[in-house]
Amino acid sequence: MVNQNAALSKDLFSKDIEQKPTRDGFGTGTIEAGKADPAVLVLCADLKESTRAEWFEKEFPDRFIEVGIGEQNMAGLAAGFALAGKVPFMASYAAFSPGRNYEQIRTTIALNEVPVKIAGMHAGVSVGPDGATHQMLEDIGLMRMLPNMVVINPVDAIEAHKAVVAAAKTKQPTYIRFGRSGVSTITTEATPFEIGKTLVLWKGEKPKVAFLATGSMSSTALAAARALSADGIESIVLHVPTIKPLDEAAVLAAAKAAGKVITIEEHQIAGGFGSAVCEYLSSAYPVPVMRLGIHDMFGQSGTPEELLEHYGLSAPHITEVARTFVGGKQNAL
Amino acid sequence: MLRFQTKERAILKIMSLTDAEVALIEEKAEAIRETILDMLVEAKSGHTAGPLGMADIFAAFYFHILKHDPKNPDWEDRDRLILSNGHIVPVRYATMAHAGYFPIEECLTLRKLGSRLQGHPERLRLPGLETTSGPLGEGLSQAAALAHAFRMDDKPQQVYVCMGDGEQDEGNIWEAVMWAGKQKLPNITAVIDRNNIQIDGMTEDVMPLGDLRDKYESFGWHVLEVNGHDVRAFVAAVDEAKSIFEKPVAIIAHTIPGKGVPDIEFDYHWHGKPPTKEEGERFMKELRSGAGRVPHEYA
Repeated sequence: MVNQNAALSKDLFSKDIEQKPTRDGFGTGTIEAGKADPAVLVLCADLKESTRAEWFEKEFPDRFIEVGIGEQNMAGLAAGFALAGKVPFMASYAAFSPGRNYEQIRTTIALNEVPVKIAGMHAGVSVGPDGATHQMLEDIGLMRMLPNMVVINPVDAIEAHKAVVAAAKTKQPTYIRFGRSGVSTITTEATPFEIGKTLVLWKGEKPKVAFLATGSMSSTALAAARALSADGIESIVLHVPTIKPLDEAAVLAAAKAAGKVITIEEHQIAGGFGSAVCEYLSSAYPVPVMRLGIHDMFGQSGTPEELLEHYGLSAPHITEVARTFVGGKQNAL
Repeated sequence: MLRFQTKERAILKIMSLTDAEVALIEEKAEAIRETILDMLVEAKSGHTAGPLGMADIFAAFYFHILKHDPKNPDWEDRDRLILSNGHIVPVRYATMAHAGYFPIEECLTLRKLGSRLQGHPERLRLPGLETTSGPLGEGLSQAAALAHAFRMDDKPQQVYVCMGDGEQDEGNIWEAVMWAGKQKLPNITAVIDRNNIQIDGMTEDVMPLGDLRDKYESFGWHVLEVNGHDVRAFVAAVDEAKSIFEKPVAIIAHTIPGKGVPDIEFDYHWHGKPPTKEEGERFMKELRSGAGRVPHEYA
């Protein structure tokens, strides 16, 4: 059943639940962070409308930095601003940042250990019609491999807002992942959020499987858990917004309670969130783990719903996979 | 557009340095070159030509131009010198040591396990380095942001950035050149080490750079050109740069790679390798005899 301590939306399983892209949380979050700290800046590489950077620009025109279509320069500028004591957020599509400017991020931000906040927008296949070039599926892997880098993947716009506000207060280089399409706003203002902490969304009696999910896939996992419960299969849904550092205690507890784990992410299954979970559990508490995500392929054009269905990331598909996995078959795909 | 007339430029030169100041900087530059050779021989790896070529300019920075405090490297109001082409860092380490940031003997730890003197500079390992660099093309972006931030906050610091000429191959540089030009940054001076070599050969063979002056000017920069071994001219150029408020300034400093050691001057093969012990001894003699001009030497 739904974890009451998570203070989730009262419309949780309603068709009327608010649909909003997580990038909206970047717009509102940077404004709140900007009001709290005059050192907060927002840099953008010619995508201020779609990244919501222009929301910040309207409030703080002097602290909005337009860099043109130059993501490599944007990373170096952000590092320079941080060296001058600023708290720069740099926003572009994840395919370009950190896709295009990985080495600049590695050297001038991560190795340099400056408090730059990298906002990677339009991540995942749910970008939709733009197609594979713009559907970033490797960013979590790229970013979590970097020493010093914190990696956050919020579930909805409210949590994205909280993640931005929290990241502005830390000294660490931080990557935050955002999506383009509207997703269910499952959390509320009262839902707890802390960098490095997970959130139990669903907790069934004698669970047979634990869903460990990140980003908006946690909402999908919740729907799958509810459907399984109706069939008498209980589960746990652990939402993992901070992929690095991983909340190992919570991951371990979920694995111990259920004995089987399914990870879900809108990302390549190699190198991403599921890999991070496996890296930890393989030594700490080896249990069967099934990783759901994109299987070593690029995306394509389509509507977000069509694409999530096509790549096996819809709630009905996940429910079926889990049913088979719980039944003992590990190659349920 | 603000441009100095020849006469005014001459006055600036006279005002900028006394003969004694010039002599001090040149003396320091020679000592820095000797330390660079010692470091590279001991490290058995590293770059030789670039550091020797930039010794005069680094001596001018640390012994005349920069507002800095070796005993308080994190002093907030210090000028910032960003080294973009991090591979020439031996010249920065040697200069910092001679300026009193750390003991000169520590220079011999260059590139060794546990050393603060990494093969390419790491800000968090050694106080006084302004950033981490090595991968090329990234320093100008950071320097431009520092300059912009200082202007936002009404701070008086000057920002300097040293780049290589081969480094101008990097696309990132031109993104930053455009941005700094757009922002009309008044407080940044970029020094381009025009020594005409890079690892694979002469810059114009590896990748023709076109007219660097025209390129920077077309993006809204003011460009000066000097002999990078004439410390009086270099300091005058920096003074002129500081007096230009409408634009960022680039100083194209024509230097001789391997300067001071005739055996290797102008030879691109010395871009990326260190002298052996025997070569080091020979090069040191060349250095100490003033590149052969002094008939006897004191080694």
